[in-house]
Amino acid sequence: MTVSPFRLGIGLGRHAALLPTTLFALIPFIWMVSLSVKPPNEIFGSPFALIPQHWDAYENYSKALSTAPLARFMVNGAIVCFAILALQILFCAPCAYALAKLKFPGRNLLLALVLVGLLLPHQVLALPLFILCYKLGILNTYAALILPFIISPFGIFLFRQSFKSIPDDIVQAARLDGLSELAIVWRIMVPMALPATIAFSIFSVVAHWNDLFWPSIVIKSKDLMPPSLGAAAFRSVEAGSDFGPLMAGAVLIILPLLLAFVLAQRWFIEGLASSSLK
Amino acid sequence: MAAGEAMAAFWLAGPATVALIALFILPVLAVLGIALTDWQFGATSLRFVGLANFREVFGDPDFQVSFLNTLIYVSIVVPATVVLGLVVALLVESGRSLRAFYRAVHFLPYMAMLAAMAISWEALLHPTIGLVNHIFAAAGLPTANWLRDENTVLAALAVIGIWQNLGFAMVLFLAGLKGIPKDLYDAASVDGADLWLDRLRTVTLPMLGPTTMFVVIVVALNAFRVFDTVQILTQGGPRHSSDVLLYTLYRESFEYLRTGYGAAVTIVFLVIVVSLTLFQARVMDRKVHYS
Repeated sequence: MTVSPFRLGIGLGRHAALLPTTLFALIPFIWMVSLSVKPPNEIFGSPFALIPQHWDAYENYSKALSTAPLARFMVNGAIVCFAILALQILFCAPCAYALAKLKFPGRNLLLALVLVGLLLPHQVLALPLFILCYKLGILNTYAALILPFIISPFGIFLFRQSFKSIPDDIVQAARLDGLSELAIVWRIMVPMALPATIAFSIFSVVAHWNDLFWPSIVIKSKDLMPPSLGAAAFRSVEAGSDFGPLMAGAVLIILPLLLAFVLAQRWFIEGLASSSLK
Repeated sequence: MAAGEAMAAFWLAGPATVALIALFILPVLAVLGIALTDWQFGATSLRFVGLANFREVFGDPDFQVSFLNTLIYVSIVVPATVVLGLVVALLVESGRSLRAFYRAVHFLPYMAMLAAMAISWEALLHPTIGLVNHIFAAAGLPTANWLRDENTVLAALAVIGIWQNLGFAMVLFLAGLKGIPKDLYDAASVDGADLWLDRLRTVTLPMLGPTTMFVVIVVALNAFRVFDTVQILTQGGPRHSSDVLLYTLYRESFEYLRTGYGAAVTIVFLVIVVSLTLFQARVMDRKVHYS
């Protein structure tokens, strides 16, 4: 197995050509980490270097943790994302099963409803949902962060597509075994459609963990802020002055999802790509 | 059994149907209604005012600027993202080594929280300590206070938009490339197209046509929704030079509580996004026929 110089040249050319975009993608991350471990005099002094001469990592990260309740933001984000995902699956999977496997009057109308829902960008619903949350008296609570997202037209659509590919014979056999329709959903359909469930879960968690728009509308108190809103609040407190702790805070905020991505990047990429092809 | 099935469907699909109507259908009807009345948040009465809210919105110089800014932002982000995404996808696909690495690295910005990454971009674009100005100065190029200068702020935000969407475009192109039948390349090589560039011109690019159309629309949909960077970095400033549709919608509806105005802006946003989405659905249909 010898590699010809020509092939080697092409291979190196490919890496050289990909270097600029790779750096473009990575530099904000590298810059963030680099500033987060530097003392102020090195951040503002020139010439600049990626690795600090004097490490201020401990100072910056402990200051970030003491200035903002970062752990609280994370817990809020986790509670909200988990509640949204659980409710979405609870609402969407049975509905998708009915649409995929059962005959009932109004089925086409329901499917049309789902497709209209798919079409509507969520920001369009923000104004009436804000009024709804106000009327319900749930502004500035977890409930306001969760309620608008308990149903996902995309979830229904995705589950329906994958339930349809499961043979009818399996449904019939389960019925003969005495399983109720609801038991068929949870014990046969969802487990057999595991790839769709995983793809949808990733899509849902990434979307709601990263979302800034809706939380900025309904949440005012710091105790309830999810990480995105926490990052915004943290930045306006530290604006312009104390870059080290600010970057340390930002690093801590992106870390959980980033670690998940690095560990399961294949699923993430395919899950998010397939969920965009709706 | 049919009646039993209908009964089961009622219990299985009922809750989702109620939620869909309450959280999607009624709200969108409510926005349409509010846009045609003079109702204000908290008011107890309302009056039908026809298109008055729309006349106010379109007659407002600030909205015109916001609308134009959005179009400028989209017209920078979309072509740059699509071209770069295609080039990166072709390069990644043209060899075997580090393929997964390149895929992951370019996709990283798409899933990292933009609200937090905006903080890093602010430091990169900082007038004195920012890496961008260091590099520009070293290269003898003019430096700027990118996010505080009316002439550069939209371009700076667009660069962040390109950074965020590039990997997503790449992944969609990679999927498109996988869908090209191998025998087309064999046929091309029988016809004498042996070089990589020939095959690219005669097979790859024509076959990627529908994918490209799809990527253009999906990236445009993302670009029309630009909000996080504006909210965190510029709040529409300086002097409205980075106002965009979604930020205007947010500010008027939820900070100034100008409900009628906000509803009209919402409808404008809805019309743009829904047209693009319907167009995308048609492209997807064609794409299915294509292969």
